[in-house]
Amino acid sequence: MNPVPTPETQFFWDKARAHELWLPMCVDSGRHFFPPRPFSPFTGGAVEWRPASGRARLASFVIVHRAAPGFEERVPYIVALAELEEGPRMLTNLPGAPIDPAALKIGVPLTVTFEERGDMTLPQFCLTNDS
Amino acid sequence: MSDVVIVGAAESARLGVIPDQSAISLATESALSALAEAGLNIADVDGVAGTLSPVDLAFMLGVRPRWLDGTMVGGCSYMLHVRHAAAAIRSGQAEVVVIAHGESGRSRIGAPIFSKEPSNTTGQFELPYGVLGAYSRFTLPAMAYLHKYGLNEADLAKVPVAQSRWASRNPRATRPALLTVDDVLASPLIAWPFHRLECCPVNDGGGALVMTTKARAADLNLRHPPVVVAGSGESCEGPGPAFMEDLTTFRAFRDASAEALRSSNLKHADIDHLMIYDAFAHVPLYGLEDAGFVGKGEAVDFIDSGATSPGGALPLNTNGGGLLYAHTGMYGMFALLEAVRQLQGRAAAQVDKVRTSLVLGVGGMFSAAGAIALCAAG
Repeated sequence: MNPVPTPETQFFWDKARAHELWLPMCVDSGRHFFPPRPFSPFTGGAVEWRPASGRARLASFVIVHRAAPGFEERVPYIVALAELEEGPRMLTNLPGAPIDPAALKIGVPLTVTFEERGDMTLPQFCLTNDS
Repeated sequence: MSDVVIVGAAESARLGVIPDQSAISLATESALSALAEAGLNIADVDGVAGTLSPVDLAFMLGVRPRWLDGTMVGGCSYMLHVRHAAAAIRSGQAEVVVIAHGESGRSRIGAPIFSKEPSNTTGQFELPYGVLGAYSRFTLPAMAYLHKYGLNEADLAKVPVAQSRWASRNPRATRPALLTVDDVLASPLIAWPFHRLECCPVNDGGGALVMTTKARAADLNLRHPPVVVAGSGESCEGPGPAFMEDLTTFRAFRDASAEALRSSNLKHADIDHLMIYDAFAHVPLYGLEDAGFVGKGEAVDFIDSGATSPGGALPLNTNGGGLLYAHTGMYGMFALLEAVRQLQGRAAAQVDKVRTSLVLGVGGMFSAAGAIALCAAG
């Protein structure tokens, strides 16, 4: 299933289409957050969009052996959480990574990449050593 | 809340694969059985709660309610219904409340269609990564937990192993076999590190509770002793595991359990019996730690020590749990019913001298939580 943007997330997806990762940041506290909201979840105050470094670390993962609909061709596949340098976490499939728990160490560095999915572009993260 | 009691607690006659009964029929059958236990009739009921539409429940039962609760936050919704019903009964908004669960999780007879909304937070930022099933989404934080505490795949398997000591004593358990770690690890991989026996089955079934005032209960011809709703708590964190503040602890478990203990004036040492909603094997680990029964990272050792097994100091998931007893999709009702049965002395695997029980439920995937503290009457 492809994501359907809302007015509050359109900017994020537009940037993803240009292969850029941008995050909303709380102006008052300088903290980044995700998912996007038009106000800061920390203070209720103003938000600015900032480009992210694209650097992350592997926070957790599973290796899925029963496909979600549309993922039948991919099993087994990885579903992982990337913890961004700026703080928020995002899901990813670690494209290109070995499907092997022994090769996936929690904390290893990841780098943002982008996957074309129909008319949408999905941020993904790959093992930094592979890039 | 000690003036509010549970006077009826019943499950559907059958549990498992029930292709000839709809979800609402499983709920209403359970409601009628629970009312019969309390010596009450439909005409006595003035409050209805459930995750199926409470309007449909009231209509099908023939109840003319003056109080409704359709709170739907996933499998712990029934803990929230108990909490809300206790407040309603105490304030005089209702006197006899039926909380009913019916789910055709396996056969999908008269079952609601799960809608996937591609524009909400989960639809935009989780589902595109192939996490449609609970087994690939609810399980996601577990590796962060195992890694943090130097644990591995075999440690996770100790959860169903311990619970199998209860399930093997329960004739209604879906998975009654006594298990070893090797058995668990030999079951098919669903989403590494989770094997089939670390993921709940999907069943059909129903269950219901009847609640009223202690004063009304004194006038009823009860089949089983009343159980006091001593305290409760509820909370939520975020729309999915990706959005937890910390992948190794669930804030809503911490907050809901703390409030249930505080509002019941019970301390950890006072709790004789514990139910923790276990859709997947890591959830009881989070629950034991987040509710404060053990320190962070200690839950596996605690379970492995036998403390939660028959004869242990803190019997946990004594029906076998959602992993081994049954799991219709929203298991919370069954956790509550097992706690009530233990307090009434009529559980399949009865624990000696249960006077207090804490029931901790999760809703969604580390999204919402509800906790209920129950005490034997008298």
